[in-house]
Amino acid sequence: MTVAVAIPQQLRSYTDGAERVRVEATTIDAALRAVDERHPGLRFRVIDEQGRVRPHMRVFVNNVLARDIRAGVSPGDEIYLFGALSGG
Amino acid sequence: MSQATQLLIGTRKGAWIYRSDDRKAWRVQGPIFLGHIINHIVQDPRDGRTLMMAAKTGHLGPTIFRSHDGGETWTEAATPPAFPPSDAANARAVSHSFWVEPGHASEPGVWWAGASPPGLFRSADGGVTWESVEGFNAHPKYWDWCPEDGGTPDGALLNQIVIDPRDKDHMYIATSTGGVFETLDYGRSWAPLNKNVEANFFPDPYPEYGQDAHYLALCATNPDRLYQQNHCGIYRVDRPSDAWTRIGKAMPEEIGDIGFTILAHPRDADTAWVFPMDGSDVWPRTSPGGKPAVYRTQDAGQSWSRQDQGFPAEQAWFTVKRQAFCADAQTPVGLYLGATNGEVWMSDDEGGHWRRIGAHLPEIYSVVAAPL
Repeated sequence: MTVAVAIPQQLRSYTDGAERVRVEATTIDAALRAVDERHPGLRFRVIDEQGRVRPHMRVFVNNVLARDIRAGVSPGDEIYLFGALSGG
Repeated sequence: MSQATQLLIGTRKGAWIYRSDDRKAWRVQGPIFLGHIINHIVQDPRDGRTLMMAAKTGHLGPTIFRSHDGGETWTEAATPPAFPPSDAANARAVSHSFWVEPGHASEPGVWWAGASPPGLFRSADGGVTWESVEGFNAHPKYWDWCPEDGGTPDGALLNQIVIDPRDKDHMYIATSTGGVFETLDYGRSWAPLNKNVEANFFPDPYPEYGQDAHYLALCATNPDRLYQQNHCGIYRVDRPSDAWTRIGKAMPEEIGDIGFTILAHPRDADTAWVFPMDGSDVWPRTSPGGKPAVYRTQDAGQSWSRQDQGFPAEQAWFTVKRQAFCADAQTPVGLYLGATNGEVWMSDDEGGHWRRIGAHLPEIYSVVAAPL
């Protein structure tokens, strides 16, 4: 099934500027791995080596905050990655 | 002898490279990766060309970049330093790589990295892929040496890696939570090396481990001699002794012996420099009294002399972080420091006279001198 992953501005250097990447996946994790296969290095900037979303990063599926990237996704879902660009 | 030198400068918001053919006029390249946190940039002395950079970007994960064209283009590691996956509740994830170290001269392509939380990583392919050094990272005493609640304001660190130029199997590491550790077998096993080093934040101020080792300097002409700038003073050890001597006791009392960095002279093992900071009261970490100065010993720490010509005489409160004070290998030796206020200072006469060669950079984290 196809889902879309919305790429935030600070990660578009990995996607040649693409704002959305469409991949075949049934979980958030699988979607991010599929994006990473196409654009190596992107996933590690968002998900740490223990499979946890990095602090101050947020993953949403449609409008719902995802707390576990093992959660399933449905056809047509949109996965959003956000980075809180906080600090001075 | 050519005086051509470059300074690899990492800051809180990007990297810059200063280059000079004569150590007088400097050309500036940058910003490189503007907005990224650059902890360390090092040139590979084995090929005189490769640059390795430890980077992190806001809240994005940490990574390592390398360049083979003087910093014009950079390639990211395919697998940056990372701890092995674990189901443990306290499973570690690298927050940032803090230190990158070229491997021994006999091992082209080998690099080491130190990270926060304390972790040691190795690359055998020129920085393309990195692996956890389990001899340290999975050591049975790891959680004693690197407790979860220990560390500096930006996180506990494995902040330095020092390789014995005579023996690739013999290395030292400095940590902010356990002090200094030594391996004789290429990182497979480690032992603390902290005898007589104070840790005044414990009930027992001289524990086997638990010290905060800010910086190590191995003397090129006498690799058995190590200087250490510690959270609690300046020390020297002459191996095979494992007992450090607090040579900072010879510093002027009003200055103290607190600082981040100690540099060894590239050709004289009795000479070293420190840049003291105010470690009194609540630890302002500024230049003591608002009067920046370097202190030099030429007798292995028995005495120290002040070198402040050219620095502001008063009301200058900058701080120099642990990777931001360095020496080149020229004659006379050039000294360089980058301050938290974004200024770059140098001396081309071994500390005798200082002048500002750069200003208005972001907060400087590291300055590394390399041949151009």
